[in-house]
Amino acid sequence: MYKYIVTRLLLAIPTLLGAALLVFILLRAVPGDICEIRLGGTGLYADPKQVELCRENIGLNDPLYVQFGDFVTGYLTLDLGQSMWTGQPIGYEIGLRFKLSLQVAIMATLVAVLIAIPLGTISAIKQNTWIDYLVRTFSIAGIAIPSFWLGIMIILGLLIGTQAWFGEAWMPPIEYVSPFEDPLGNLSQLIWPAVATGYRYSAVATRMTRSALLEVLREDYVRTARAKGLLEKIVINRHALKNAMLPVVTVITLEFAFLMGGLVVTEQVFNLNGLGRLFVDSVLNHDFTLTQQLVMLVVFIFVMTNLVTDIFYAWLDPRIRYS
Amino acid sequence: MRFNGLKKAAMAGLGAAIGAGFALTAAAETPKMGGILDFVVAGQIPSYDGHLETTFAMIHPIRPFYSLLIRVNPDNPSSPTDFVCDVCEGAVPNPTDDGKTYVFKIRTDVTFHNGAPLSSKDVKASFDKIAFPPEGIASARRTFFKMVDSITAPDDTTVVFKLKYASGAFIPAVATPFNFIYSKDDLDKHGYHWHEKNINGSGAFMFVQHQPGAFTEGKRYPGYHLKGKPYLDGFKAIEAPKMAIRLQAIRGDRAAIEFRGFPPKARDDLVAALGDKITVQESDWNCGLYFTPNHTRKPFDDVRVRKALTLAVDRWGGSKYLSQIAIVKTVGGIAFPNHPLAATKEELQQLAGYSTDIKASRAEAMRLLKEAGAEGLEFTLLNRAVDQPYKVVGTWLIDQWRQVGLKVKQDAKPTGPFFDSLRKSKDFDVSMDFNCQSVVNPLVDVSKFLGSAGNNYGQYKDPLMEDLYDKMNREGDPKKVRQYMRQYEKQALDEQAHMGLTLWWYKINPHRSYVKGWKIAPSHYLNQSLDNVWLDK
Repeated sequence: MYKYIVTRLLLAIPTLLGAALLVFILLRAVPGDICEIRLGGTGLYADPKQVELCRENIGLNDPLYVQFGDFVTGYLTLDLGQSMWTGQPIGYEIGLRFKLSLQVAIMATLVAVLIAIPLGTISAIKQNTWIDYLVRTFSIAGIAIPSFWLGIMIILGLLIGTQAWFGEAWMPPIEYVSPFEDPLGNLSQLIWPAVATGYRYSAVATRMTRSALLEVLREDYVRTARAKGLLEKIVINRHALKNAMLPVVTVITLEFAFLMGGLVVTEQVFNLNGLGRLFVDSVLNHDFTLTQQLVMLVVFIFVMTNLVTDIFYAWLDPRIRYS
Repeated sequence: MRFNGLKKAAMAGLGAAIGAGFALTAAAETPKMGGILDFVVAGQIPSYDGHLETTFAMIHPIRPFYSLLIRVNPDNPSSPTDFVCDVCEGAVPNPTDDGKTYVFKIRTDVTFHNGAPLSSKDVKASFDKIAFPPEGIASARRTFFKMVDSITAPDDTTVVFKLKYASGAFIPAVATPFNFIYSKDDLDKHGYHWHEKNINGSGAFMFVQHQPGAFTEGKRYPGYHLKGKPYLDGFKAIEAPKMAIRLQAIRGDRAAIEFRGFPPKARDDLVAALGDKITVQESDWNCGLYFTPNHTRKPFDDVRVRKALTLAVDRWGGSKYLSQIAIVKTVGGIAFPNHPLAATKEELQQLAGYSTDIKASRAEAMRLLKEAGAEGLEFTLLNRAVDQPYKVVGTWLIDQWRQVGLKVKQDAKPTGPFFDSLRKSKDFDVSMDFNCQSVVNPLVDVSKFLGSAGNNYGQYKDPLMEDLYDKMNREGDPKKVRQYMRQYEKQALDEQAHMGLTLWWYKINPHRSYVKGWKIAPSHYLNQSLDNVWLDK
């Protein structure tokens, strides 16, 4: 197992290098210049000398191989460099947002798991009954409704509802407070985005749980378990559900990785200062250094999540061995 | 019917809110001390250095930490010519030496937040950094001060600006809100990049913290030189890039105000939801929205085609209808509307495209297109992929041009690629173009129309305009300056139709009625020291 983990970690190196090269080239292929935006973004005269000076100061005039070398060396030595837009260390910029994104990802995953596994299981057990149809409608709606739209509806619903009932409109806080400083304030801000994204995320997982469980329920060993006279609860929980979880775990872990950097629109809707919004800002500002490191962070999260998923597989299904 | 009823109710509410706003402003109220002002800002702070930056996203949270030499009068910010001293003493000085020397006396009671006294040396060092930055130091407004020959500080309380030539553009340039006064000691000790990440000002508020992407916090500076101010205990500027969130934040009272501006629909929604809990302030906005034909592309090298483009646009009708959905309203010429140098309505109507008889204008446009062999011309309008006001007005323009037989497609690009097309590849037919300035300073602002200007993208040369601009800037007699301005305007918008002006932007600031003392200015950069603001809660 250890050998497998080490091999997978070593294989991550070419993946990361490939991603680094790709993002480096793509960013420079997009027209636009951070200095032009900064000095003339409001239609002001952008003095060419000042633009040139700005480019010089942030290293954009260096040859491309030097810029790439600096980027890769910085990544390997954990010196991520400075944001071209704010001049702040990238580690600091990412660190500020990471805790929020992580918390939303965990909360959304919890919401998704709490909805998906019970509903998917019930739907499979009650296949082709009205309960099954209801669950399937609920999950299809989750896939069809964009989470940002749901987010907007939640905010508007809260504003209109509270104004109608209490006379004063209430909306969730728009600035982050740590759960250790103000747990209630933190929850009142983050529960809504967690529900909005968790619902969509649960819809996929519900359907996956249902179909995987249906497949497992038709296996011989489930029939054997029932023939032995085991209680249906034990058959489902101990024999069927655990084995049906393999594809569900894949979906959940991949979605978790996606949530860490991909909550772009939901973060905008709820004004969350997370990694997704930082991503958008850095791309819009043509902040190459920050965008590069954010992409590398997301790639790293995906690589590690896949590794964890594989290890989890072995725990769920003893037939799987990586040695 | 129901829609009409709701609309009428909203408009009645709006009228009441605006009326209430004016009435309350007019009544002399005694400011109350205390409270924290929460406001929302649409952008991200790039750095704290005002001399380097150009965005309101830096001005709104950072300006309250700094003083200026002079500023737009906070009690009368809508006037484009009313300036008052900030760290200088008495009134803004009149020039001597045929308009070429300005002597500012500096107050002796101003201190930086670190306790050090502010003197003329600090003012000189700050303006030297802006006007004559050392090699390797960027200054966004260096060109504003090209008339300045030297800056000296003969003693601790005197700063002297000597100009190369008399210029009406000098005082507005000094009042630009980005001209923060830095401590000379800080510049000497820490270098010219220190202020990008550190703050030591002498403004009404002291810096507490900034969480990038989240908020900036300030608290009252007890040693502020304007005694009895500021009224607030502090402020929190919350970054919220999405307009819907900024709007709902005011509705849900997570923020009291947003200083940049909202579209009319947002104003109406807030007023309909909150009634007299919302006050609305409105003003013309010192941002012009233009369309610029690329003179190097056929057939836009032909003045008849360019003139047809401007003749086809119904500005008076557009003002009436677009102002209900977009942040544009006022029909104007090249100078900020209602400024002494701006064209009157009668003068405007003499220009191509400004006649109230749009049928006659369009007939003339079609005649010119036919004469130029450009009937049914197809081209692409480059635009910035931002709804307000660019895409809204761009779509309207396309419809205006369709009415003279032109077939126009819109290519809306994100800000980076948009500027790249304008400034580097220059690969457009006609582009939306704009000019947003802070202090109303037409003598500087209209340089946008010069073919040689760095922010002009038409790619043309017009020696007559260069000559008129030069004469206008070196003329001391206001009447003659105005005459030059009219000639310059006629040449730019009519004779050569180098560019077309659509409408001037219109600033709408709905805010919680408990916010008092803040008065709308013709720019979202102005009147942001917050020392006059108080909360009536």
